[in-house]
Amino acid sequence: MALSVREYRARIKSTESMKKITRAMELIAASRIIKAQQRAQAAAPYARELTRAVSAVATFSNVDHALTTEPEDPKKAAILIVTSDRGLAGAYSSSVIKEAERLVEKLKGEGKEVDLYTSGRKGEAYFKFRQRAVVQAWTGFSDQPTYDVAADIGATLIAAFLADGEDSDSDVRDVDEVHVVYTRFRSMLSQEPTAVRLLPLEVVEGTEAPDKADLLPLYEFEPSPSEVLDSLLPRYVQSRIFFALLQAAASELAARQKAMKSATDNADELIKKYKRIANQARQAGITQEISEIVGGVNALADAQAGSE
Amino acid sequence: MAGLSTDKVLQVELVAADRLVWSGQATMVIARTTEGDVGILPNHAPLLSSIIEGVVDVQTAEGETWVAAVDAGFISVADNRVSILSERAEMSHEIDLEKARQDLERAKEAGENDDAAQEAVRRAEARIRAVERAS
Repeated sequence: MALSVREYRARIKSTESMKKITRAMELIAASRIIKAQQRAQAAAPYARELTRAVSAVATFSNVDHALTTEPEDPKKAAILIVTSDRGLAGAYSSSVIKEAERLVEKLKGEGKEVDLYTSGRKGEAYFKFRQRAVVQAWTGFSDQPTYDVAADIGATLIAAFLADGEDSDSDVRDVDEVHVVYTRFRSMLSQEPTAVRLLPLEVVEGTEAPDKADLLPLYEFEPSPSEVLDSLLPRYVQSRIFFALLQAAASELAARQKAMKSATDNADELIKKYKRIANQARQAGITQEISEIVGGVNALADAQAGSE
Repeated sequence: MAGLSTDKVLQVELVAADRLVWSGQATMVIARTTEGDVGILPNHAPLLSSIIEGVVDVQTAEGETWVAAVDAGFISVADNRVSILSERAEMSHEIDLEKARQDLERAKEAGENDDAAQEAVRRAEARIRAVERAS
């Protein structure tokens, strides 16, 4: 027994208070996750209507828009990486960063330069630590993103995409495609890091041909199809980013809940183990005391017997 | 007849970026597009139009009228379904009139030349108008 009972008691105590903290975090994450899911559901009608409107315009007018045209010979790509602001969420941030790194490698393999944009403090810290340039980072909202943030990110990325290569003295970086890496929320148990290309837009979402009932009516566009498209597409992009942020928020909370649950379980195990060892040490101490007393009594008895 | 009744009312959805603000049946919708106000009655031709910061009036099938302030967005009409999409939308009873007035003051002070400031002015004005019209 290397340590005394007292020291084991201290360890048990500290593990217990740690367990209280992780348990509290687990409960907080669990309650927030419901809210995050509700937010994601509340945002769904907007995305759905917007998608409908975009496909209506795209079907009935042959307008080419800057956001949908594939640039010839793309040389530069931007990647938006959606990570969390806080840690203690298991492998959440690191797995999305890993996915992003894979994408970076792939794009570099295709001969493209890569500009990084991050959302969430963890992503920013990761690249800062490795001294890699991040063009812009947004932080402070990862577990409850608002639409305003998504609009801001969207505006920045669209500006970068639309920027002209020749105009080199402007601050806006010119890129030919924009990718987003975020964590898709599949269920409470599984979240998977996903990379999608955001720009140039591919408007046709579903692959199957629409059946007759889904055929879109012949819209009148006001003021004109191209102008409607002009204001429609940036909003579409922003809503896609908002969707990614909401999914990421729900995933982050689910990952945190899972991580904190296993931390609580581990603390339980540890407490059990320490209690066993502490009890063993306590018993050993008692045994030793008894044998000391017995030994003492015997010695005393022997001494008395010898003197008589 | 079910078919007849759906011919006479509009199925309206007012959707903001982060929530569904209102959905239900209505007999008339008025919104402000970039070209001017449009009034939409049942059996309107399919329409897709940009709307600007302003007030949306809706007469519900129950005969009530409600007013909402919206930001720039879209209105789409097809098959008696009207969807109004806007990044932000507020029903008149959700608007804090005092706050809207303060926002208007602040936006006006911020400068008239700036595009963003003018947008903020229009937004605040729309909210105040929505409350005033509702009361």
